[in-house]
Amino acid sequence: MLAKTIAELQAEGRTPEILFWVGCAGSFDARAQKVTRALCEILNHAGVEFAILGSEERCTGDPARRAGNEFLFQMTATMNIETLNMYGVKKIVTACPHCFNTLKNEYPELGGHYEVVHHTQLLNELIANGKLKLKEGGNFKGQRITYHDSCYLGRANDVYEAPRALLESLDVDLVEMKRSRKNGLCCGAGGAQMWKEDEPGTKRISTERIEEALGTNPTAVVANCPFCLTMLQDGLKAKEKNEQIPVYDLSEMILSRL
Amino acid sequence: MLQSLLFLLVAGTATWFAWKGFSRVWRNIQLGKPEKIGGQAGQRWRNVLLVALGQQKMFKNWLPAVLHLFIYVAFVITQVELIEIFVDGIFGTHRFFAPYLGGFYTFVISSIEVLSVLAFVATIIFLARRNLLRLPRFWKPEMKGFPFRDANLILLAEIVLITGIFCMNGGDKVLQTRGVEHYHLTGNFAVSTWLGPLLFGSLSDASVIAVERFGWWLHIFTVFGFLCYLPYSKHLHIILAFPNTWYARLTEKGKMENMPEIQKEVRIMMGLPPLATNGEEPAADGSASGELPEFGANDVFSLSWQNILQAYSCTECGRCTAVCPANITGKKFSPRKVMMDVRDRAEEVGAEVAKWQAASCKL
Repeated sequence: MLAKTIAELQAEGRTPEILFWVGCAGSFDARAQKVTRALCEILNHAGVEFAILGSEERCTGDPARRAGNEFLFQMTATMNIETLNMYGVKKIVTACPHCFNTLKNEYPELGGHYEVVHHTQLLNELIANGKLKLKEGGNFKGQRITYHDSCYLGRANDVYEAPRALLESLDVDLVEMKRSRKNGLCCGAGGAQMWKEDEPGTKRISTERIEEALGTNPTAVVANCPFCLTMLQDGLKAKEKNEQIPVYDLSEMILSRL
Repeated sequence: MLQSLLFLLVAGTATWFAWKGFSRVWRNIQLGKPEKIGGQAGQRWRNVLLVALGQQKMFKNWLPAVLHLFIYVAFVITQVELIEIFVDGIFGTHRFFAPYLGGFYTFVISSIEVLSVLAFVATIIFLARRNLLRLPRFWKPEMKGFPFRDANLILLAEIVLITGIFCMNGGDKVLQTRGVEHYHLTGNFAVSTWLGPLLFGSLSDASVIAVERFGWWLHIFTVFGFLCYLPYSKHLHIILAFPNTWYARLTEKGKMENMPEIQKEVRIMMGLPPLATNGEEPAADGSASGELPEFGANDVFSLSWQNILQAYSCTECGRCTAVCPANITGKKFSPRKVMMDVRDRAEEVGAEVAKWQAASCKL
């Protein structure tokens, strides 16, 4: 796997066509790191010249802002924008819907204007323009797969079709849950619940969601967000199904077919 | 003559009470912070047409959507008859429009009747869903007490209203066939032509006239009652849905509003020049405007006036709470309760402010 920082590329006198925004989960969470690697391998395979910020990347500020710490958000966002503008970044891809939302919708007001795409959108683009060719047959073909819409990609930004188009190009048998697209249900991480215990109630939200996913009798559950990955996996553990049913990010499925 | 005076008296009193009620709501909405909302008028009108007038959101669930549509269309089209009731009430005429509109009149009244029957059926089903089937979203803790009675009262009032229409039209049809004075022929109405004789055919002329007049007054009394009750009820949504949809946010749902004051502070702290934000002039000397904004909201004053408008537009259907991940997994949080509490708090604060203003006037 090859992923250069934008500083390294610029030292070589090159400008990347796209910046891969890795995000906190993609950098530090063991499960999400696999998604980061998968996406890098795909981009290398497709011959996309990309770069990462490396140690110059900070949190987008999304959790701080949503937890009410506007100062912290403004600080980290402004620092990021200074960095991105210094390198003349035009286009950003990220595997995290939260980073996607903040970069795309909240940075422009702070002076950060970029074309921001979620990796599922970019992968579709690469397949459409022939840079990525999926092997015939192989993994997942004809398998019963269910797809979980993340809130920040779906409801928050109306991206419902890009991930499904990828599943279509993988020839899977997509079985939708009842609560999908605009009616998609939270994975349980929403509202900063990722970082705390559930409020007192009768059930964990991740359990509620995974029960619905299991109701479709899938061979795998697919997500597009590092936090959804964690939550869905936790749900499977609670149901003691984590050995039988994997949770994939779409990039991992695409990589297995290159 | 006496009837005209009585009508004007009732209409005047109702208008005065309604005016007071609506002014109260208007005043309470002003408790919120000023916020300029506009632009993209095309998209806003589209939303009003589709979501408010066209009830697009209702159609996520077709059964209640169709039933609700019956009641709604019946309500809208009955306004035509209401205009006539006003004309007749003020000038002492009887079915003023009938001679002018001829066959079209018969068609309009027939449409009202058919829709009224559908609305009647829908209302019964709605009452059953609420009270017999006990749909969980109607039985959440925040629905105890007034909200529960409010909902049932509205549905019962619909039934009274429809009863009024059929007493009025049914009695009229019977009197028409008997050739009673004043009751000129209006052609066959879709329902009351057969329902009238069926219900009132055996009564004496005087009794049928009583039924017809009773229906007429019942109808108009219920309408005035509704008008005065609206500003105290969730039923206010029939009016506020329109402005509320117009003012609805059009940006991506994931976007949070920026706080320019904080942005300015942070940029100064980081030694960066102020950012020329859209429309707003950055301070010439680059200094912060002094006072920092409030974080979050601890009372209605911290909310935008639009938030309070939203709260008053809420019809307590509970579809938000019914799909809320926290609520369906047994947590106490209910988005509907948030809206209801904002409204109730605005009422409480509004009443206090009014009391204080009244007291300071007397000094």
